[in-house]
Amino acid sequence: MKDHLLLIGKNVIRMFLLLFFVSAAAFVLVSVSPIDPLQANVGQAALGSMSQEQIEKLQAYWGVGVPPAERFFRWASDFFRGDMGVSLLYRQPVSKVIHIKLANSLWLMTIAWLLSGAAGFVLGVLSGLKKGSWLDKLIKGYSLLIASTPAFWLALMLLMIFAVRLKILPIGLSVPIGLEAGEVTVSDRICHAVLPAVTLSITGISNITLHTREKMIDIMESDYVLFAKARGESSRSIVKNHALRNVLLPALTLQFASVSEIFGGSVLVEQVFSYPGLGQAAVTAGLGSDVPLLLGITVISAAFVFGGNLIANILYGIIDPRIRKGGARA
Amino acid sequence: MKRLNGRMLTVLSFGMAALFLVSIAIAGQAYAGSALETDFSRKNLAPCAQYLFGTDWLGRDMLVRTLTGLSMSIRIGLLAAGVSSALAFILGALAATMGKAVDSFITWCIDLVMGIPHILLLILISYALGRGFKGVVTGVALTHWTALARVIRGEVLQLKEAPYIKAAQKLGMGRLLIVWKHMVPHLFPQFLVGLIMMFPHAILHEASITFLGFGLPPEQPAIGIILSESMKHLAMGRWWLAVFPGLLLVLTVVLFDMAGESLRKLLAPGSAHR
Repeated sequence: MKDHLLLIGKNVIRMFLLLFFVSAAAFVLVSVSPIDPLQANVGQAALGSMSQEQIEKLQAYWGVGVPPAERFFRWASDFFRGDMGVSLLYRQPVSKVIHIKLANSLWLMTIAWLLSGAAGFVLGVLSGLKKGSWLDKLIKGYSLLIASTPAFWLALMLLMIFAVRLKILPIGLSVPIGLEAGEVTVSDRICHAVLPAVTLSITGISNITLHTREKMIDIMESDYVLFAKARGESSRSIVKNHALRNVLLPALTLQFASVSEIFGGSVLVEQVFSYPGLGQAAVTAGLGSDVPLLLGITVISAAFVFGGNLIANILYGIIDPRIRKGGARA
Repeated sequence: MKRLNGRMLTVLSFGMAALFLVSIAIAGQAYAGSALETDFSRKNLAPCAQYLFGTDWLGRDMLVRTLTGLSMSIRIGLLAAGVSSALAFILGALAATMGKAVDSFITWCIDLVMGIPHILLLILISYALGRGFKGVVTGVALTHWTALARVIRGEVLQLKEAPYIKAAQKLGMGRLLIVWKHMVPHLFPQFLVGLIMMFPHAILHEASITFLGFGLPPEQPAIGIILSESMKHLAMGRWWLAVFPGLLLVLTVVLFDMAGESLRKLLAPGSAHR
């Protein structure tokens, strides 16, 4: 057990080091950009009509002319004290913007993550169990097709069918237009989250289904399953006692490692549905040269990805008795 | 007609997929001029015999625009996947052969790249290079090498311990000669499959990043641009602007996948003659 804790500790330290390097790498990328924040946000015409004084003021606001290394250390030391800077576009502290957007996104991503994980696992198990049947072919075909479909196009199609044609679900945003915050009901929020969440779930399923299927086929062809069959165990009890336990572990690991993909999908899907989440904020920040916000979102999302991987590692130790005991012996 | 065996079928499906993709690439290139042609006498036409994919609000032929966009996507995919897999090969091989320090540095780099969600990293890289063609290609090339690099690294590590490599060393063959004569032929099939399997991802990511506005400039008839423009016209019921270009994109990606899968079957000794 002690060794296991040590391993977790090492992983945590590694995660924080990686996070530091992620922020540094992101900072380098942002600061070598030739895009002039003034041109992007104020525009050539407006700049032309401004006095030199006004331009200098704006340049100071957008941080033009300060050496990148100095800016990074200023930013990083503030970050460690919990101050992520001020978003230049929203004119609010970055932490506040991220807090609001993340709450919207999290709700979406969690639903999609759970749904796609559960559905993908069940489909994968079924498909692997009935290898070669029409059900297997259907599930496999679906997974391969979805893996080749861009998430944003799927979002567009669903939007067109359910919001434009059938008019049963709202077109976008996370709350109805023109309502005050207090009047928004939970059912409003659910209505607006259905389409994005469904899109994300549909695209998230394929990976886990295909992997679970492969694993399931391996297990069903293994010697211990053959022996169980020879002993006369029913297929139900083989699946329950032998297959599910072995297939659950890689599936869980995969699902925790897929946080990065769900996040990437949410960027695209939020853009289509104009859903005010973290992904949309990232796109806005990138297009509008809002460097503090872009950096903040990068670090937060990387933290989620590393966190997912860390949980997968820890779970591995808890669930798999072989690793648990192996760790204790070593 | 004689029934074809499995291998012939695989060769055939690979050939068909490749032929189709090449013809899209060439057709798109040939009609590139008329993709920008506007004609207000034919605007907002629904799909019909003359304009299979319909026309948009500027009277541009959507079929031609889609083909041009796809041929652009295919070329970007080829370029980015080529650069990316070369990068993967070099880094993977270096990690496995140049000792512990280099190995841990490269593994660290892989973890770093994998830690930032792909789309976000693409946004950052594209932003760093000022968007446009250069931004997309570099972004896609720099984000897709990690998985293949891991595979190559593992392979080379295994190969180094293989008896025939050890024997070659004892026979006094030079390091470079061993790499060239014994390692490269063994790695090449895996590398090729890895490269082809990268195309679909590269194409999808190119379309996504262009769709978000970080990729190709808006005057280019790229598939991401077409779809993001169509978004503004969806509510007016002009469904054809989004449906057909998207379908053709999905078809292209599926075909690339199919080509890669059949090539894998042909090159893997275990299934080559099935």
